[in-house]
Amino acid sequence: MRALARVRDWLDERLDWAALIAPLRHKTVPIHRLSYWYFLGGITLFLFLIQVGTGILLLLYYRASANEAFESVQYIMTRVQFGWLIRSIHSWSANLMIFTAFAHMFSVLFLRAYRKPRELTWISGMLLLFLTLGFGFSGYLLPWNTLAFFATKVGTEITGQVPVIGKWLMVFLRGGEEVTGATLTRFFGFHVAVLPGIVTLLIAVHLALVQRFGISVPPGVEAEWKASPGAARQMKFFPGFFLRELMAWYIALGVLGALAAILPWELGTKADPFAPAPAGIRPEWYFMFMFQTLKKIPARIWFVDGELLGILAFGAAGLVWLLLPFFDNLGRGRGRRMILGAGIFALAYMAVMTVYGYVAK
Amino acid sequence: MDMWRNKRLRVLLWLILGMPLAGAWGQAPNSCLDCHSVLDAPLQVTPEQFSRDVHSQKGLDCASCHGGDPKKTDMEAMAKGAGFRGKIQRSQIPGLCGHCHSDGAYMRQFNPSLRTDQLSQYVTSVHGKLLAKGDVKVAVCTDCHGVHDLRAPRNAQSKVYPLNIAQTCARCHANAAYMKGHAIPTDQFAKYSASVHHEALAVRGDLSAPTCTTCHGNHGAAPPGVGSVQNVCSTCHVFQDQMFEKSTHKAAFQAASLPGCIVCHSNHDISHPTDAKLGTGPQSVCSQCHTPGDDCDQATKEMLSGLTRLNGAIQEADRILGVAESSGMEVSEARLEEDQAHDSLTKARVTIHSFRKDLVEQDIEAGLKIAAKNVQAGKDALKERDYRRMGLGFSLVAIAAVVLGLWLYIRKTEQTA
Repeated sequence: MRALARVRDWLDERLDWAALIAPLRHKTVPIHRLSYWYFLGGITLFLFLIQVGTGILLLLYYRASANEAFESVQYIMTRVQFGWLIRSIHSWSANLMIFTAFAHMFSVLFLRAYRKPRELTWISGMLLLFLTLGFGFSGYLLPWNTLAFFATKVGTEITGQVPVIGKWLMVFLRGGEEVTGATLTRFFGFHVAVLPGIVTLLIAVHLALVQRFGISVPPGVEAEWKASPGAARQMKFFPGFFLRELMAWYIALGVLGALAAILPWELGTKADPFAPAPAGIRPEWYFMFMFQTLKKIPARIWFVDGELLGILAFGAAGLVWLLLPFFDNLGRGRGRRMILGAGIFALAYMAVMTVYGYVAK
Repeated sequence: MDMWRNKRLRVLLWLILGMPLAGAWGQAPNSCLDCHSVLDAPLQVTPEQFSRDVHSQKGLDCASCHGGDPKKTDMEAMAKGAGFRGKIQRSQIPGLCGHCHSDGAYMRQFNPSLRTDQLSQYVTSVHGKLLAKGDVKVAVCTDCHGVHDLRAPRNAQSKVYPLNIAQTCARCHANAAYMKGHAIPTDQFAKYSASVHHEALAVRGDLSAPTCTTCHGNHGAAPPGVGSVQNVCSTCHVFQDQMFEKSTHKAAFQAASLPGCIVCHSNHDISHPTDAKLGTGPQSVCSQCHTPGDDCDQATKEMLSGLTRLNGAIQEADRILGVAESSGMEVSEARLEEDQAHDSLTKARVTIHSFRKDLVEQDIEAGLKIAAKNVQAGKDALKERDYRRMGLGFSLVAIAAVVLGLWLYIRKTEQTA
């Protein structure tokens, strides 16, 4: 123990450690009936860390070429000690991370935590959500199985519909006109180098902004606290909230382990680019609402191509969502009501279209 | 109205009014079609119909078969002096078609790979022989290929396209009234329609599957003789033929003048063979000749028992691998080997045609080994599944203990504070 104290003193002398962690020591978290929503951001961060850890382990055996990708994942699943566990946790954690990221975004929206001065926190969070979807899209192809191959073909075809830059974007993503080994190499590059780099940087920005502005209190609770100042309660981040967050992380780890052991992520069959597309090709669940919309949209709406209109609508919706905090102050509470309505509509629309996508033939 | 029903009057009106107009529009004159397009069947030939004919598409016209001069715009077109032959007699049709189709040098300009032995084959066929004897009811070229809208055999609408051949033959051979006087049955088409060959061709769309002409020949159509049945079947069923050659049945069948394969499998109504054809059960074909309890009967019982054992072992492996798969275990390698076990079973079923216990046993043993390996792979996968679940149980207990410990610690520190 004495040695440890000496090391701490040595570091403190050089880095002024105490001053560095002082903001964290003084950081507090508001306590009220909706406090449990604050855990979602931390759980998403934990799942991201799981992704980084399991991803690095998978890299030890994975080979990113059309000839070897499937076999290397098969090898990981059957021959590598605990390879099945690492790969299944990586796949399950990816899906749970996207789910908790969406849940975090909606919780921030409904608790109106995006309000001034936290607009930049919201924007950095939204960018992280988009990049998380990019992680999902690029990682889905890597096992090079039939479903992933054709889903990527359909997905990149949709990007080809984007006006002006669509064709260029599709060729850029595919590394050519078709989905081939070149696409796999590209997606691998995005998945393990480009996206992790940008996401790590953005997480740092996001956390710094959270630290800078503190944790938002919902307007309703804020009003109650203003009416009776004695009701306002705060909890120290260290150790109170941190230990509770740690409990949530452990529970998330248990859920991940259970999913991986009871429902290991399946591998499917190796992709054959020359085979016809199997019936019922579907994207991953988090793209289903968009896919189903584009599938059901009429071929032409007035004189515009229906699919193109759908893509433009989703693009516009994404941009509006990114800039949502700036609409909050419109009118006398009109903007706030509009955002609340849009949030409820978006949640209902995504849920209904996702379920519809799975049950529709 | 009666005036319009008069065929001669319609032709005359067309000659006076229609043809000059057609000429004025710049169309190539074909006085045959001009008139025959307005006639009733069987004399009717419309320009649309003739334009679909492969001969028309290659530049031949009416005069190529019927003589005359279609460029003449009056009855001169059918002048004897222009070589007009009129309606071709059925007995003359093979010779007329063969005039071009037997001429290699002439046919080469249209299709260098087209055979030119149709006529020489036809004269050896039952159809050709009967026609030579004056039986004009038998099939001639136009009965199978059509006339005036004749399509190339690779055209799906051709009467001799693989999917249409059985129907084309059945037009005569399934017509009891038409076939009266010919001492052959008329149930071939009905039987064939229920056969495994028809299923392969018509249901599964395998155009290489057998139809009438595959076994009987086309231009030289005749029933295969007793001695040639095995040769006919072996054009597709090569390995069964090789095994049958090794068997004692080969000599026995020859001695008894039995027609090879069809003794057990029948001819037109060949059903999907099952293991039950072997042995002494009600579906057994062996009991047609063998008496219960003889040496051969014992051998077939053992061979049947081997097939049943292998089939059972494959099904057991399939079941246990299915359970492992539904538990999320990765058993694709065992699944791949399962195909090899199925191949061994198929091979054993082919080897049955040798009627040699030792050879069949070799295939069955090979298959049983693979099936046993697959059963073991399935059991190992299930063991691994249980091991994982046990590991999960321990991990969850450990995680629960940590969570509980954290909760107690938080409570304690907050109570103290």
